[in-house]
Amino acid sequence: MTAEPVTAAEALRAAAGPGQAAIEIRGLRKTYGQIEAVRGLDLTVRRGEVFALLGPNGAGKTTTVEILEGHRDRDAGEISVLGHDPARHARQLREQIGIVLQSTGVEEYLTVREEVALYAGYYPHPRDVAETIELVGLTEQRDRRVQKLSGGQRRRLDLAVALAGDPELLFLDEPTTGFDPSARRHAWDTVRGLAKLGKTIFLTTHFMDEAQALADRVAVMADGRIVAEGTPDTIGARGERHSVIRFHLPEGVALPAGMPPQRRGADGAMELATEDPTRVLNALTSWALDAETPLDRLEVVRPSLEDVYLELTGGNRSDQDAA
Amino acid sequence: MNGLALAIRQIGYENRAFWRNPAAAFFTFAFPLLFMVIFNVLFGGGSADAPPGQRAADFFTPGIIAFSVITATYTNIAMMVTIARDAGILKRVRGTPLPPWAYLAGRIGHSALLALLLTVIVAAFGAVFYGVAVPWDQLLLLVLVLVVGAAAFCALGLALTGFIPNADASPAIVNASILPLLFVSNVFIQMQDAPAWIDTLSKVFPVRHFADALMSIYSPGIAGGAFRWEDLGILAAWGIGGLLVALRTFSWEPRR
Repeated sequence: MTAEPVTAAEALRAAAGPGQAAIEIRGLRKTYGQIEAVRGLDLTVRRGEVFALLGPNGAGKTTTVEILEGHRDRDAGEISVLGHDPARHARQLREQIGIVLQSTGVEEYLTVREEVALYAGYYPHPRDVAETIELVGLTEQRDRRVQKLSGGQRRRLDLAVALAGDPELLFLDEPTTGFDPSARRHAWDTVRGLAKLGKTIFLTTHFMDEAQALADRVAVMADGRIVAEGTPDTIGARGERHSVIRFHLPEGVALPAGMPPQRRGADGAMELATEDPTRVLNALTSWALDAETPLDRLEVVRPSLEDVYLELTGGNRSDQDAA
Repeated sequence: MNGLALAIRQIGYENRAFWRNPAAAFFTFAFPLLFMVIFNVLFGGGSADAPPGQRAADFFTPGIIAFSVITATYTNIAMMVTIARDAGILKRVRGTPLPPWAYLAGRIGHSALLALLLTVIVAAFGAVFYGVAVPWDQLLLLVLVLVVGAAAFCALGLALTGFIPNADASPAIVNASILPLLFVSNVFIQMQDAPAWIDTLSKVFPVRHFADALMSIYSPGIAGGAFRWEDLGILAAWGIGGLLVALRTFSWEPRR
């Protein structure tokens, strides 16, 4: 599925203009020895959108992101990131991007303010240091040394350092791994705030609720390719899928005839998959009232992004839990 | 800002961070002086009657200067860069517009400042407490040897990082690579009575040539006589070799 070189070049030229794509990838390939980490990847990220790249470990996410950031060379394909080829114009590109990697350190003996100022000094048009610190909510800790920060505060400092250069495009790699729920909400609010400022955000995450909460568009990567792409609500034809009606029946009670196909859930719940939940629910509850049978823990569930993700990536849960 | 200005700014931040860790800073400076006192007490007993230029202190002052410069450059760079690499600082810096060389220049520049400060302190200590005269008449040559030595050991320290698998292994590997040489290179112990083979072997390595060059300027009456340009040449060759190895093996990413 390698793109024709001519069309790829045309696509890149079209993407270079303002208001166009922030990231344009055509036919990207990368091989490590015998292993094909990325095999013919096509992807477009529009300016100003929050884009989430999902996929299990080993899918090629990190390789792809590191090629976009200019950390790694590619074997084949055309790439434009904010109009630059990361392999050729790394410095110009890095003036316009911010990167938050998992578990990257900072100088332990500097204060929060010194640290942000140090990094701000690397960029031609940095954001105001105090403003950056305010944006991530570290104003109270601004004169505290990094060694005295909590784990969550360090992650916020990571973000502050990535924002120091006032980037157009922000790469966030698993930004909330290890956060407690309230810290996650806070981080999400920060990301939404950045999106409101018109920044493009490229997110990789294992958390489906994070993608659902933040992303305008998501793509699922497996085995070095994009296997699905769309909005969190429609990806993998999620919007058209069956709803599931779940409930617990007392022992020995059987459902009447005319109900949709039934199956038993993991917790012993009865599950009915249907395209028409209104009608089925009506029939079900009428029957239950007549028969005086309680429908314990009754709920109607739409397939979650996680369900779609697991189906698309082969459903290997242990794979993603290993992260 | 251009690269040079960024590199100088980088030195400033390195320096600030260094002094914020007072325990580490204290021992960086206390160690060489402590060694100097101990060695003079242990080996200086019979030398009080020796003529100036041939006392134990005449040997240990340039020896401890060599030790100080090596500690401030080779040891310091190999350890700090490995720690920064494993903490992900190097990778983070690589994702910014800061030119990679400017970051390393900051580290090297800070090491050079430490080496200079230590040299001045040790020389002053030797002059004040042991009456070892500073060779003012050969100051230019002394500075040249110090600069070439510091540069060579910075390059070798960078080269070594490529062979250190992780930060935890760093102190062990750095010490294993340098301590034995310090004992057989006219730094801690005089080599004139050493077996010939070990004397010959030590002349393969850069520490010996650095120490001998300093010694010949400081105290030509001890251990080897006049200054030889070949010492400087071999030292420089090791430095260039180190640089070439560093260029091939240096890694910006943690090795886990």
